[in-house]
Amino acid sequence: MDINNETIDKLADLAKLEFNDQEKENLKKDLSRILSYIETLNQVDTEGVEPLIFMNESVNVLREDLPGQTIPKADALKNAPSKDSDYFKVPKFIEK
Amino acid sequence: MYTSLAQIRTDLESGEINLPKLVNNYLETIQEKQHLNAFLEVYEIEAKERAAIIEKKIEAGVAGKLAGMVIGLKDNIVYKGHKVSASSKILAGFESLYSATIVERLLAEDAIIIGRLNCDEFAMGASNENSAFGPVKNALDESRVSGGSSGGAAVSVQAGMCLLSLGSDTGGSIRQPASFCGLYGFKPTYGYVSRYGLIAYASSFDIIGPIAHNIEDLKLVMETIAGSDENDATSVQQAIPSFLQLPKETESKRKFAYIKETLETEGVEPAVKAETEKFLKELISKGHQVDAISFDLLSVMVPVYYTLTTAEASSNLARFAGMHYGFRSQNAVDLESTIKKSRSEGFGPEVKRRIMLGTFVLSSGYYDAYYSKAQKVRRLVKNKTEEIFKNYDFIISPTSPTTAFKIGEKSDNPLAMYLADIFTVHANIAGIPAISIPNGHDTNGLPIGLQIMAPLGKDAALLNLISTL
Repeated sequence: MDINNETIDKLADLAKLEFNDQEKENLKKDLSRILSYIETLNQVDTEGVEPLIFMNESVNVLREDLPGQTIPKADALKNAPSKDSDYFKVPKFIEK
Repeated sequence: MYTSLAQIRTDLESGEINLPKLVNNYLETIQEKQHLNAFLEVYEIEAKERAAIIEKKIEAGVAGKLAGMVIGLKDNIVYKGHKVSASSKILAGFESLYSATIVERLLAEDAIIIGRLNCDEFAMGASNENSAFGPVKNALDESRVSGGSSGGAAVSVQAGMCLLSLGSDTGGSIRQPASFCGLYGFKPTYGYVSRYGLIAYASSFDIIGPIAHNIEDLKLVMETIAGSDENDATSVQQAIPSFLQLPKETESKRKFAYIKETLETEGVEPAVKAETEKFLKELISKGHQVDAISFDLLSVMVPVYYTLTTAEASSNLARFAGMHYGFRSQNAVDLESTIKKSRSEGFGPEVKRRIMLGTFVLSSGYYDAYYSKAQKVRRLVKNKTEEIFKNYDFIISPTSPTTAFKIGEKSDNPLAMYLADIFTVHANIAGIPAISIPNGHDTNGLPIGLQIMAPLGKDAALLNLISTL
């Protein structure tokens, strides 16, 4: 798989990451090399094989739906980089 | 240097040492060996306070079964009121609001937690060189890596800075550093230990497990931490066998298989091959059955692993956005750039590489060809592994193709680094238990590890096997 600049930009946007030109070059090289290796998976015949998604055999582990507070508000705000007494603060994103 | 809880208990009982003195000794060793970079933070005051309290409990005869055990936690296991960072700048200043289930269980049995341990950032790496806080040095040869990602967890035990540590294993992150440091490292069956409070890397692979000098300490800790947890819906639902009771069966002859490709793979060092073969010969001479088998999926194990774990990581690490906690970039101008810059400045290169790879394999147009394909091969690996276990009790291989390599030797080639996991990822892909045990040394005197894998849920049987070998 050949990774071009356009793909890197698209992936970076999806992943909410930014890279400078040098980093993009390195990523192109690394991702191309790793993906070529990953493509050896195509040598395995998986006709009729279902994807393995869950590692446990148990399905729907249920519990009583009891109301409760796991984390008090003050605690939840404790690690926030920006906050007031009640809310997380984020940069303005609605245009006037 | 104490290498077992039994030794410590004997000395505590005879009055040779008391718990506050023991903790002081560990704190002194941590100080002396600070340059190994194993600890990110030491809980000095707290460890001393707990030592005084537990000493009284010992005197009163009411101490828990881990009294006397001083442990370290990998920096991706959360502990209420304590900082935790997954060795990443993106969690700078973060303090956990709750404790992992395993932490609660260890404390309830009077273990003393002495600090948190360096690791690869978000547990992504095989050498501890991806930590935002620098590599951990192998205490046997400080120019060499500790292994990873639980590098601090291995070296802290190796160098006598604590008796035992808890790490996490997504593709070999407990077993490979244990192997590089001459220790025992155990990866339990998926779901046998709660992941509640483990910072997620790849949720269908991750598991917490111990690193120790001996098998009996591993058993004791597994007895304490394993089992169902209502806070982790993927944890085992049924009761699991005790790790402390010896099995009733008297069968002493076992059936071992070894995957012959693991000894023929390019890159397996001669000493690693020779010591593994020696171990197999010894098993035969003790009357066990040992057969070479072929596993044609060995070569696609690492591709399955990196496809699925990076996909899961790209999703799990979406939460680090500079919003609710952790690092927020000061260079941003709006919401979008706050998220992008916080992530780009906060994450290290390997984490970003894996998020990008994971985003790729999950992206529209590539999902089926990569992600879904890998999930299908995962099922084949699991099925074929179960087939082997119909005829054999255990599967043997080297833990890693090499002994501890030099710091910097592989850091410019991610693919070469990924191949360090070639034998260990199997157990995480199949969800089965696996252990690395010390198995001789190479010509440089560096420890070699041997891996033994067991069928799903045969964790206690695997640890008991090691006791009897």
